[in-house]
Amino acid sequence: MREGAAPGRIDTVAALRDAAITTLLAFGLFLPLIGFQTVVNIRNELVLDTRWPLLFGIVAAVGVTRLAYSFLFVPWLERFKERPMAVTPPVWLGLIRDWFTPFAIGFVIVYPVIVIATSGWGGALKWVDNFGIQILIYVMLGWGLNIVVGLAGLLDLGYVAFYAVGAYSYALLAKEFGFSFWILLPLAGVMSSFWGILLGFPVLRLRGDYLAIVTLAFGEIIRIVLINWVDLTNGYAGISGIPRPSFFGLPFDASDEGFAATFGLEFSPIYRTIFLYYLILALAFLTAFVTVRLRRLPVGRAWEALREDEIACRSLGINTTNTKLTAFAIGAMFAGFAGSFFAARQGFISPESFTFLESATILAIVVLGGMGSQIGVAVAAVVMIGGTEIMRELEFLKYIFGPSFDPTQYRMLLFGFAMVTIMVLRPRGLVSTRTPSVFLKERKAIPADMVKEGHG
Amino acid sequence: MEVFLQQLINGITLGSIYGLIAIGYTMVFGIIGMVNFAHGDVFMVAAFVALVAFLILTTWLGVSSIAVALFIVLIVAMLFTSLVNWIIERLAYRPLRGSFRLAPLISAIGMSIFLSNFVQVSQGPRNKAIPPMVQGDFVLLTHNDYAVTLSFKQLIIWGVTAVLLACFWYLVARTRLGRAQRACEQDQKMAALVGVNVDQTISMTFVIAAGLAAVAGTMYLMYYGVVSFADGFVPGVKAFTAAVLGGIGSLPGAVIGGLLIGLIETMWSAYFSIDYKDVAAFSVLAITLIFLPQGLFGRPDVEKV
Amino acid sequence: MTPKSGNQSSDEVMHRHGMGAAGDVLLRVEHLTMRFGGLVAVDDLSFEARQGEITALIGPNGAGKTTVFNCITGFYKPSEGRMGLCHGDAAIWSELNALTESGKRGIRKDGNGLYLLERMPDYLVTQDARVARTFQNIRLFPGMTVLENLLVAQHNSLMLASGYTLFGIFGLPSYRRAERASIDRARDWLDRVGLIHRADDPAGDLPYGDQRRLEIARAMCTDPVLLCLDEPAAGLNPRESAQLNELLLGIGNDHGISILLIEHDMSVVMEISDHVIVLDYGVKISDGAPDAVRNDPKVIAAYLGVADDEVEKVEAEVGL
Repeated sequence: MREGAAPGRIDTVAALRDAAITTLLAFGLFLPLIGFQTVVNIRNELVLDTRWPLLFGIVAAVGVTRLAYSFLFVPWLERFKERPMAVTPPVWLGLIRDWFTPFAIGFVIVYPVIVIATSGWGGALKWVDNFGIQILIYVMLGWGLNIVVGLAGLLDLGYVAFYAVGAYSYALLAKEFGFSFWILLPLAGVMSSFWGILLGFPVLRLRGDYLAIVTLAFGEIIRIVLINWVDLTNGYAGISGIPRPSFFGLPFDASDEGFAATFGLEFSPIYRTIFLYYLILALAFLTAFVTVRLRRLPVGRAWEALREDEIACRSLGINTTNTKLTAFAIGAMFAGFAGSFFAARQGFISPESFTFLESATILAIVVLGGMGSQIGVAVAAVVMIGGTEIMRELEFLKYIFGPSFDPTQYRMLLFGFAMVTIMVLRPRGLVSTRTPSVFLKERKAIPADMVKEGHG
Repeated sequence: MEVFLQQLINGITLGSIYGLIAIGYTMVFGIIGMVNFAHGDVFMVAAFVALVAFLILTTWLGVSSIAVALFIVLIVAMLFTSLVNWIIERLAYRPLRGSFRLAPLISAIGMSIFLSNFVQVSQGPRNKAIPPMVQGDFVLLTHNDYAVTLSFKQLIIWGVTAVLLACFWYLVARTRLGRAQRACEQDQKMAALVGVNVDQTISMTFVIAAGLAAVAGTMYLMYYGVVSFADGFVPGVKAFTAAVLGGIGSLPGAVIGGLLIGLIETMWSAYFSIDYKDVAAFSVLAITLIFLPQGLFGRPDVEKV
Repeated sequence: MTPKSGNQSSDEVMHRHGMGAAGDVLLRVEHLTMRFGGLVAVDDLSFEARQGEITALIGPNGAGKTTVFNCITGFYKPSEGRMGLCHGDAAIWSELNALTESGKRGIRKDGNGLYLLERMPDYLVTQDARVARTFQNIRLFPGMTVLENLLVAQHNSLMLASGYTLFGIFGLPSYRRAERASIDRARDWLDRVGLIHRADDPAGDLPYGDQRRLEIARAMCTDPVLLCLDEPAAGLNPRESAQLNELLLGIGNDHGISILLIEHDMSVVMEISDHVIVLDYGVKISDGAPDAVRNDPKVIAAYLGVADDEVEKVEAEVGL
C-alpha cells in the first residue's frame, strides 16, 4: 500500500504495479542461476540446461506472494492496528511466562520416556539422538557463547575453536592414555579455557566488528592447523575409534560386563543414547546454573557493566582486562565440555565439524534468542537446529515434488533464510528484555532499547 | 630470483582480484559501518553468472572471439550482480539500519549462508570447470631453464583492474554520487539535512561494490577456469583482510592491501608451505587488527573519555 | 584496601582508615604536562588539593580541565609531571622522593599510604588510590537498574568477599552477608540522593538531573578519599543545582571526603568551594580562595577574552 492512500482501502493500481515490478525483479534475479543450469555432459564438458518451468513457477510464486501481501496482509495489519490495545496483557500470557521454564525443564527430563512411549524402542533412537542430543549440544554451546556475547558484549566469531579444542583434547588423551571420560571432561574444559585466555589476550583492545573478525581468523587458523598437523590430528581423515563414555565403569556393549547384562536387560544401542541424552542434559543444566549464579556475582555484574560502558567500568576500579578474560575463559570452558561430549558421543571427529559455519550457527542462536536470555537462546536452538533436522523427516514432500526431491538439500538454504528473516522481524531476538540480577522491591524487566549491545 | 619474479607476477594478479573485492568491503563499511559478510558470496555468485553467460555465448550463440565474449560476460555479470546486491540491501540490511548493531551482521551471515547454499542447490555441489578461455604467454626471461612468464590472462586482469579502478576513482572523487557518498560516511543525518538522498546513496554503494565484485568474479573464473559454490568464503575473508590492512574506509588502502595480501599469499606458498597459505592471510589479519587497527591508510580511532 | 561491611555512622567515618586531618595536603600535582602530538593541552600545571576541602578547577572551554581530570584518574598517561596522593597522616609525604626514586606505584606504611597516580592504570587509581570520578557526559550503565549500578561500583570489595567468584558460585553465607551489606550501603546512598523509589528502574530511564546524582552516588560507592566531579551541575535547573550543592557539601562534611570539581556554573563554584584554580589554555592563571580568584584581573580577562593590558578598560566598562 502506498502512502497517502486512505486507511482500510486498497490502492489496486499501486498494488498491481508493485506486484509487476517485483515479478520483473524476481525474473531478473532468478534467470541466470535457476533458468539455466550448468551440467557436465557425457564427454565431460560443461554445458547448459534450461529449467524454464521451474523459473516461471518461482517467479509466478513471488508475484502472487506480493499480491497477497498487498491485498490480504496489509489490510489485516491495518485492522490489527485499529483494534484498541489491551491495557493489561491477557491472563494466559502471564501464565505462559510464569510456567514456561518449569514446564520446559520438566519436558526435557521426561522427553526420552515420551519418545519411547510414542514411537517404540526402535523408532526412539533417532528422536533422542538427532533431535534431543543434537539440540542440547547447541543449547549448551549457545549458553556458553551467551556469556561472552550476551553478557560481556564481546563479539566472538571463532567460538567453535574452543569446541574443537575440547573435542580433540578428549579424543587424543582418551586414545593415547586411556583416561576415562570423567577425568577428561574437566581436563578438556581447562584446556579450552586456557586457549580462551591465550586467544583472548591479544584481542582485548579491539572493539566491535574488529574483535569479531579477529576471533574468526583465530578460529580458522586452529581449523587449518587441525587439518595440516597430520601427525597429531590425522588431518582431514580425522580421529576415529574414540573411547565412548561408560556408565560408572559399565561399558555400553553386548559383553557380559556391559550395562545391559549387568542390569539383566537385553542389549540395545538405545541405552547408550539415553545415557548420553541425560549426560548432555546435565551438562547443559550445569551451564545454565553456573551462568545464572555468575550473573548475580560481582564478576557477572561486571560483565554486564562492561557491555554497557567500558570506560565507566574502569572509572569504578574494575580491571576490565581480567573481566574480559574471565568471560572468554568461562565461555570457552563450556565449549570445551561440549566438545569432549561431542567427541565421546560421535566416536569420530574431523576438522569438518569445526568450520566457521558452526561458529556462525552458535552466534546466530545467541542473537536470535535474544542476547543474555537463557530461555531465548534455548528456544532459538530448538527452532534453528530442530527446524533444520526436521527437514530430514519431510519424506511426504517427495510425493509433491517428485521422487528426486531431497529436502535435506534445502536445510542450510532455509537456515540462512530464517536467520535473515528473524533478524529483520525481531532484530533484538526472541526474548529482548533484560532481567535485573538484583532488586529491592520488585523485579522489573528492562526493555531492550535501554540495554546496550557492547562495544566489542 | 626467477622464482621470486614469477611469484611477484602471480601475486599481483591474485592481489588485483582481492583488491577489487576489498573495495566493496571498505565502501560498505565506510558508509554504514557494517562488515558485509555476504560480499564474498556475492563475488562467488558473480563468478557463476559469468560462467553461465560465457556458456551461453560460446556454446549456444557460437561467439568465437574471446575478446567479445569476455567483454559481454563482464557487462552481464556486473549488471546482474549489481541487481542482486541492490535487492540484498533492500531486503536484508535496510530494515535493520539504525537498529541493534549485531543485527545487520547476523543478517549478513545469514545472507552469506543463503547465497552459497542457493548456488549449491541450483547449480549443484560439484566444481564447475571450463576449458581455458585465454591461452598463451610472454616469456619475460629465461635462466637455468626456468622461464618467468606473464600470461595473457594475467595481462588482461591487470589491464581490466587498472581501467576499472580509474573509472571507479573518477566516480568517487569527481561525481555528485561520490560526493554524496563521502558526505554520508561523515554524518548521515547532516547529509540528509542538506539534501542528500541517503537511502539512494547507500543503495548505489552496494551496486558499485557488487559491480567491482563482479569484475573480480569474472577475472577469477577466467584465471582459474573453475568455480564452486564454496568459493566465496575464503576469498571474501582475504579481501576483508586486505581492506583492514589498507585501513578500512580507505579506497586506495583497499587496493594496496589487496595487492599486499596477494603477494604475501603467493610468496608464502612458494617459500614456506602451501598448506598453511590461508594461515598466512589470517595471521596478517589478526596481527594488523591487534597492532595497527587503523591499517596503513586509515584514520586512527581515538578513544574518547 | 580493606573491604568494609555495612554502613557507618558519620563520626566513625571521620576516623576511618585512609582519612587524614582536615587541611592537610591530599593531592599534590607537580609540573603536569599533557601533549597530544603538537598540541599542549596542559602546560606545567602544579596545584594542591587539601583534605576535606572542595577544590574547584575552572576555566573557559578548551582550557584543559577535563584533560587534567583524565590524567589524575589514569585515563591519560601524562607526558610529564608527578601526581602524589596521600592516605592518612600527612607525614608520609616525606617519602615522596624516595617513592619516586623506587619506581613503585605507591607505598603503604602503618595504615598510611602514598601513591603516584601517573604510574597507575585507570582502574587501580580507583581501586588502590581511591580516587573516584564522574563524567561530563554522564556514563551510567543504562540497561542496568539503579541498584545494580551501585553494586557494580562495589565490585572490588564484593569480588574479595566472593573469593574471586569461587565462594559465590557455591553460595556460601559469607558472600551473601557481604552482598546484603553492599545492598544496604547502596540503599543509604539512594536515600541520600533521593532515588530510593527508583531503585529497580533502569538507570537509562531516569531524568537527566537524577542521572547526575546517581552517578555521584555510584562514585561514592567505590569508597573514595577523593571524588572528582566533571561538571556535575551541567544541564541542571536552579532547584536541582541547589540540591546538588547541598549533596556535595554533605559529602564533604559528613564523610570527610575531599572533592575536586570542574564546573562552569559560578554559583556552584563560589558557594561551595574552598579553593579555586583557574586554567586557561592549559596554564594555571590563578589559584586561591573563591573571592580572591573572582577579583583576579587575569581571570576576568580569560573569561572575557581580552589581553591583560586591556583588562582595566573592560573592567571599567562592565562596572567592576
